[in-house]
Parts: sequence; structure tokens; C-alpha cells
Amino acid sequence: MSSATFRIWRGSSEGGEFQDYTTEVSEGMVVLDAVHQIQAEQANDLAVRWNCKAGKCGSCSAEVNGSPKLMCMTRLNALPLERPVTVEPMQAFPLIRDLVTDVSWNYKVKEAIEPFAPREPDAPDGTWRMEQYDVERVQEFRKCIECFLCQDVCHVLRDHRLHGEFIGPRFFVHAAALEMHPLDTADRTTELANDHGVGYCNITKCCTKVCPEEITITDNAIIPLKERVVDKMYDPVTKLFRMFRS
Amino acid sequence: MDNESYQSSEYDVLVIGAGGAGLRAAIEASAAGVSVGLICKSLLGKAHTVMAEGGMAASLANVDDRDDWTVHFADTMRGGQYLNSWRMAELHAREAPARARELEAWGAVFDRTKDGRILQRNFGGHKYPRLAHVGDRTGLEMIRTLQDHGIHQGIDVRMECTIVELLKDGDRVVGAFGYDRERGRFRVFRARAVVLATGGIGRAFKVTSNSWEYTGDGHALAYRAGADLMDMEFVQFHPTGMVWPPSVRGILVTEGVRGEGGVLRNSDGKRFMFEDIPELYRSSTATDEEEGWRYTQGDKQSRRPPELLTRDHVARCIVREVKEGRGSPHGGVFLDIAWIRKRLPNGAEHIRKKLPSMYHQFKQLAGIDITEEPMEVGPTTHYVMGGVRVDPDSQMSTVPGLFAAGECAAGLHGANRLGGNSLSDLLVFGQRAGRYAAEYARAQTPVEPAQDQVEALAREALAPFERAGGDAEGPYQVQFDLQDMMQSQVGIVRTQEEMRKAVDSFEGLHARAGRVGVQGNREYNAGWHTALDLRNLLMVSEAVARSAILRKESRGAHFREDHLEKDPELGRLNTVVRCGEDGRMQVAQEPIPEIRSDLQQIIEDNK
Ligand SMILES: Cc1cc2nc3c(=O)[nH]c(=O)nc-3n(C[C@H](O)[C@H](O)[C@H](O)COP(=O)(O)OP(=O)(O)OC[C@H]3O[C@@H](n4cnc5c(N)ncnc54)[C@H](O)[C@@H]3O)c2cc1C
Ligand code: SF4
Ligand code: SF4
Ligand code: FES
Repeated sequence: MSSATFRIWRGSSEGGEFQDYTTEVSEGMVVLDAVHQIQAEQANDLAVRWNCKAGKCGSCSAEVNGSPKLMCMTRLNALPLERPVTVEPMQAFPLIRDLVTDVSWNYKVKEAIEPFAPREPDAPDGTWRMEQYDVERVQEFRKCIECFLCQDVCHVLRDHRLHGEFIGPRFFVHAAALEMHPLDTADRTTELANDHGVGYCNITKCCTKVCPEEITITDNAIIPLKERVVDKMYDPVTKLFRMFRS
Repeated sequence: MDNESYQSSEYDVLVIGAGGAGLRAAIEASAAGVSVGLICKSLLGKAHTVMAEGGMAASLANVDDRDDWTVHFADTMRGGQYLNSWRMAELHAREAPARARELEAWGAVFDRTKDGRILQRNFGGHKYPRLAHVGDRTGLEMIRTLQDHGIHQGIDVRMECTIVELLKDGDRVVGAFGYDRERGRFRVFRARAVVLATGGIGRAFKVTSNSWEYTGDGHALAYRAGADLMDMEFVQFHPTGMVWPPSVRGILVTEGVRGEGGVLRNSDGKRFMFEDIPELYRSSTATDEEEGWRYTQGDKQSRRPPELLTRDHVARCIVREVKEGRGSPHGGVFLDIAWIRKRLPNGAEHIRKKLPSMYHQFKQLAGIDITEEPMEVGPTTHYVMGGVRVDPDSQMSTVPGLFAAGECAAGLHGANRLGGNSLSDLLVFGQRAGRYAAEYARAQTPVEPAQDQVEALAREALAPFERAGGDAEGPYQVQFDLQDMMQSQVGIVRTQEEMRKAVDSFEGLHARAGRVGVQGNREYNAGWHTALDLRNLLMVSEAVARSAILRKESRGAHFREDHLEKDPELGRLNTVVRCGEDGRMQVAQEPIPEIRSDLQQIIEDNK
């Protein structure tokens, strides 16, 4: 058994500071284990979210040594333990306390996206037929565990704070899952351009890099959505048609 | 404390819990045109349902057209060793296919058969491939579909809010009292009907696949409100949890691994499951490895390999191997899926595709590539079959206005749940609870909960802060001690003597729980939350232990070393737990209602 020091952010929206906690570490431990151990032994009131401890629920998002991570999937043996490991809350959202941030904005954003609207069932038994090949694209997006790490890292939200105009990578993934769903009939391109701010994304791919589900957010979701927007809103025929109308 | 300090809201139907059961209930109640509030301890979409892996059982007969609801019914009853509520098992088997298709209509994207329908996989105890699934993340698909549909139905969702007590007026439940986690403010919810959908009790044990949320709140809320609990001795230990490294001990390894051809071996390299096949299942189990393999690859003439026998049996075989010195280095056995590469040309690719999150989980948490090496696995606390006793059709408990659905309700699974029968349970009975709660609510007038009741609850909830400092013990140590005790004395293998000891220690634990102090303030204070959950955890643990003592036989998930055989007399009785007039826990055995003859016939026909 050896020990390691964790420099954990303690505080609320009114302010706070890093505090160092030294605790025993053993083989196979992840950052969340260390945080729990500190919570049980030294800081009972330490605020942290978690549920599954297996990378399935997306609750335990935080920044470990400065990078956005799921604490339950970040093993200590992948970190340099000779210096303190910093653990701090996500920066793109308002702080509630310690490692817990107010992510409610994300839930409001989703409500504003037009929901799934399937076509009429077309198989004789009143259901649909879909090929595995056709659903695979959508299944990739539906792996999302809503950890919001991609939202945290995206500069449009993190640095420019455009929460009012830009839904962020998570919800482009969501919109793409709906748009590319073989049964869906709704068209979200106008909203994507005008209300959801897909144009703000300048394809830095930082979101893709942090996604714990390894969803190819930029290439598979955002770029195709941008293409749809371009096709619909800026193709010459549509433009001409608009000019005549106004 | 004055009125000002509580936020209060009023609904026709209040649903406590936003897993599959709670979401489905809320959607249904809302569709019936009543106002609905939905409360959960975590963020929306993070409930346990999100972790379910293998799939949901429904006799869609897409893969094997011999399947239908009668076979599903018979399988469920056999799995539950006939202690199930036969009416619930019937409704479940009949309605599951419609509930699965409905999910698809709301946007779920299940894996497909070659002809474009919902694909179904094999699972323990199910005669035919019956589990609709999405790789090994079916629960995520289900909860996200319900969530994304639910948020557009006008339901008022309160996330990160914990209910600590139900409010009553005479016999009737009229609301609930709780606090929001963010600020620690108290909240009063008035409601004409309340649906409990709070999930399980896994946190009562040390090795568990369950999260912090699973402290048996719904069970305890119902019990304190005067409702009956039933069959609490039946706790399912899933045979395959991770055993190494120590910090991941208990995390689930889906049965889907075995469904896809994974095999269990001991340290001698032997497939020990072939050695002990229970009589009830002999005729439906493969006689050799070859037949077992063919079954997992969809050969309809073959019978299932013994790895896919019911969970209780597989778990005990693993315990036996370990006890007799044939375990793996870290106290489990080997689960090998990598071997299928010998049979399938693109085996590694196939494994990653069929079991992506298992691949991920082992790679990241244990540094093991499951396409190359075997996993080490051992039993982990997984599910509670026991719960709130409900009317099979309406899901109303023995207290008027109080309904329960999902894992916190009893009846469907009897002595042992089949894999995949929970996700379908959530939808079938969530829907029913929502419907009947709305119906009930319509017929009631709202009642104002008594103010003094609310104030007393608030005072009680804040008491741990007053005890902070000095030598007051923190809540975690009490929780750890309880978990250790339950694991070792009321675990997979039980004896009278050990369980007696457990029961004797409750008094001391209750006293300690009543004295714990917490530091800090009310904002997002995990220590405080744990302190408040403790009494629920203690209540359900005691119910498990006392019920288990009363059942002097081994049946399903309940295994007694001092009563190895089944007792036919006890096979006709359910165990009922209720709070006596003196406040003490009472445990009794009550006869199971006589089964309808047509259903009995279905059971006979499927034997
Ligand atoms: C790892 C794992 C894998 C599984 N795999 C499968 C599978 O493949 N197939 C299958 O059929 N089953 C599976 N199960 C079982 C199944 O997932 C659960 O039984 C099921 O999801 C329970 O659903 P529920 O709706 O009853 O409760 P949950 O989904 O657990 O939801 C409970 C809800 O109640 C809330 N709550 C609890 N207490 C309170 C309170 N006091 N106040 C307010 N809210 C409260 C919680 O916050 C949560 O929202 C699995 C379980 C686990 C743990
Ligand atoms: S690629 Fe676009 S969405 Fe992703 S981080 Fe960069 S700017 Fe944000
Ligand atoms: S897309 Fe990836 S990073 Fe973003 S919320 Fe979903 S899982 Fe997390
Ligand atoms: S606790 Fe669920 S993702 Fe980390």
C-alpha cells in the first residue's frame, strides 16, 4: 500500500479553494474510489455525483489534472502520483458545490429539440422493418451516456459562454440521432441553423477526443448536420425561391 | 420553522423514482389526463435502469416462432419456483410484446434480425431466444427512450430530490415529504395517489452491482406507511460480477456473455457447470459442450448449455468451486468468451460488436482484453425479488392510494427472477400502475397534509447536524458495518445461527444510526444524505433477515445450508412483513391464492 495526494476543489458558487487530502491507494483504484475514500474518512460532506461506477451512467464527470474525465473510469495507475492529482468540477456549468455542477441547462436544451416523429408503420403486423446496416449509424449516437464532458470541453460553451445560442456537441449528437433515424419524418435543419447554432462549431474536434463512449461526434454527427443545413438553406434554388417570396 | 421554509407542490399523481418503472408510470398517468410529478434522487436518466445490459424479455417470436406468451409465462413460473403471483406472471407475459413495440414507436433502436425485425437473444431460464436488446446496453436504450419521450408529455420532473417519508391522512396516502439535494431545502408534495418506483436494496450488502441510490427507500416508505412487504428473503446474487481489482468488485458482467457462448471454467480448466444440473432443468439442458455451443449459435434442435441455468444455481456452483479450492487467483472462477475465436473466423470482432461495453469495462478497469483472455468473475448482489405487496392488476399496495411498480414491488418473480424479466416488468407494471393511479386519483379529493406531521419530519431530518462534533460517529462506518454483517450472515449461503446473530445486531445498529452526526451544511451534503438513508437500509435488511429465518427450506435465490431441500408446504406460502401496532416488525406466512386452472395447464404442458 502506498499513498497519494489529491488536490480537490472545495467550495460553492460563492468561492472556494483546493484542499489537499492524502489517502491510501491500492492496485486497480480509480479516481472515484479515492474521492469516496476521502469522503468516508476525512470529508463526509464532500459533494460528488456518481451512480454506476462502470462508465454507464455519465454522472461522475469532472476534470482530473485538467482534463475532462469520468472519475470512475480513470485509473490511478495512468496518472503520475508523485505529485498531487487535481480534481475539480466541470468549468462549463455553474458550480453547486465541490465537484457538483448545475447541469440543468442541458435538460432544458433537449426539451427545445423537436422530438422523434415516426412514419406510419408499414409492415403487415403494424410495426416497421429496419435493416441492421441502417440503424448502426444511429446506434453510435445513442450510446451517449449524457456525461456532458463534450459540452465541458467545447470552447463555444466553456470560453465564449454562448449557452443561449448554441446547444453544444451533446445535442448535435442527439439531433443527428433523430435526423438519421430510419423512421423519423421531422426536419430539424432550420432550427439547427437558426436556433441551435450549428454554425458556431468550427470543427476543432475537442469534443470527440473527450467522449468516453468514443462517439465520433464531429465527423459522424456535426459535419453531416452542417451539410444538411447547407443543402437546405443555402442551395441556390432554395435561395432564389426565398428571394422571390420576400 | 415556519411555513415559508417548505416549497410545496400539488399533483394528482406523484411518482417517486425515475427508472424504467417510474418513467413509464408517469407517461401513462399523464396520458390519462391527470397532473403528474416525477421525483428522483439522481439526475434524470441516471437511475439503475441505465445500467441494465442484457435485454428485455418479450415473446415477440421474431427469432424462434415457437415462442408465445404461454411459454414465457411457464418459464417465469418455473424460474420463480412457483412462488410468483401467477396473475402478474400472466399479465407480464401477455403484455410485454406490446410494451416492447411501443418503445420502438417512441424511438428505441433495437438490434435487428436479418429480415429487419427486433432481434432477440438467449438468456438463462428462457426456453427460446427472447431478449430484445441493443448490444449490451439495453437499459440505456430503454431509459433514454422513455426520458426523451417523457419530457414532452407535460410531466413535472424534480431531479435530485429525495423523499424521506410518505404523508398520510387516516388510512390514505396523501403526499410525500423530502428535500432537494442541491440546497437541502424541504419539500412537501401533495398528491391524490402516489406510485413508488424506487428500485432495489443492493446497498444492504458489501459486494453489489447496485449504486448508492439502492437503499430500499420505497420498501421502507411503504412499510412505515403501513403497507405489507412480501418475499423479502429472496435476494438475487448474480453469478458473474467482477472480482478484481478490489475497487471494482461487484460490478456486473452481463449474462449476455454466456448467451453469446461464454463458458465458465475452474482452475483445472474444467467446465464445472456440466456436473450439477438440477432435475427441473435436466431435460432442457445440453448434454455436451458441442450441443451447448450449437444452441448459442441459434440451432433450434439443441438445448442450452448449463452456464445458462438460473442465476441462483450458477451462483452457488461458483461458490462451491471457490470453497473447494478450484477458484481463480482472486477468489472467483474464469468466464471465457475468447475461446469462441476457435469457432468463429472473425471471433474477436464478433465479441467487440456483441459485447462492446463489457469489452470496454474490462479493458479500462482491469486491463484485460476479453477477446484474448478469460475474465475472473464471482457472485454479486443484484436484485431483490421481494418488495411491496400489490394487487396484481392495479399495482395498488395494501394502503389505499399507494401503488408500487418495478423492482420495489413484489410478486412477478417469486423465488428467483429470470434475466431480462425486469426490464419488461418495469414497462408492463409501470404502465399499469400509472393507469390505475390516475384512475384512483380522479375519484379522490385532495387533502392537506397535517402541518405538525411535516414539522416533526423536518426536525427529525435535521437532527444529525445537531449531533455533529464531539464524539458522534459519522454515517459511513455504520453503513459499512451493516453491509459486512449482511454479506457474511444473510448472504448467498444462509444458516439459522448466523441469521439469528444478524437479527440480534440490528438493535445496536439502529441505536448507532440514531446517534450519527454529520458535518458541514445542508447543501449537497453526501454525509447527511447517507445518514438519512441509513434507517431505510436497516429496515429492509431486517426484513430480509427475519423473512429468511422463517423460510426453513432452500428455494430459488434463498439457500439454507441447514435446510437443503425444498419443502412442498412452504412452496404454497408467501412471506409477509408488516409493521405491528407496537412498532415492531412482524413476519408471517400466508397462502398463495390458488392458481387458475388454465394457467396450471400451461405449466403442465411446458414441463
Ligand atoms: C448492472 C445491472 C444490470 C442489469 N441488467 C438487466 C438486464 O439485462 N435485464 C433486465 O431485465 N434487468 C437487468 N437489471 C435489473 C434492472 O436493471 C433493474 O431491476 C431495474 O432497472 C429497476 O428499475 P426500476 O424502475 O424499478 O428502478 P430504478 O431504475 O433503479 O430507479 C429507481 C429510481 O427511484 C429513485 N429513488 C429511489 N429512492 C428514492 C427516494 N427516496 N426519493 C426519490 N427518488 C428515489 C432513484 O433516484 C431512481 O430514479 C440489471 C441491474 C443492474 C444493476
Ligand atoms: S468540434 Fe465543434 S462542437 Fe466539438 S468542441 Fe470543437 S467547436 Fe465544439
Ligand atoms: S457525446 Fe460523449 S462526451 Fe458528449 S455527453 Fe455523450 S457520451 Fe458524453
Ligand atoms: S459513475 Fe456512472 S459513469 Fe461514472
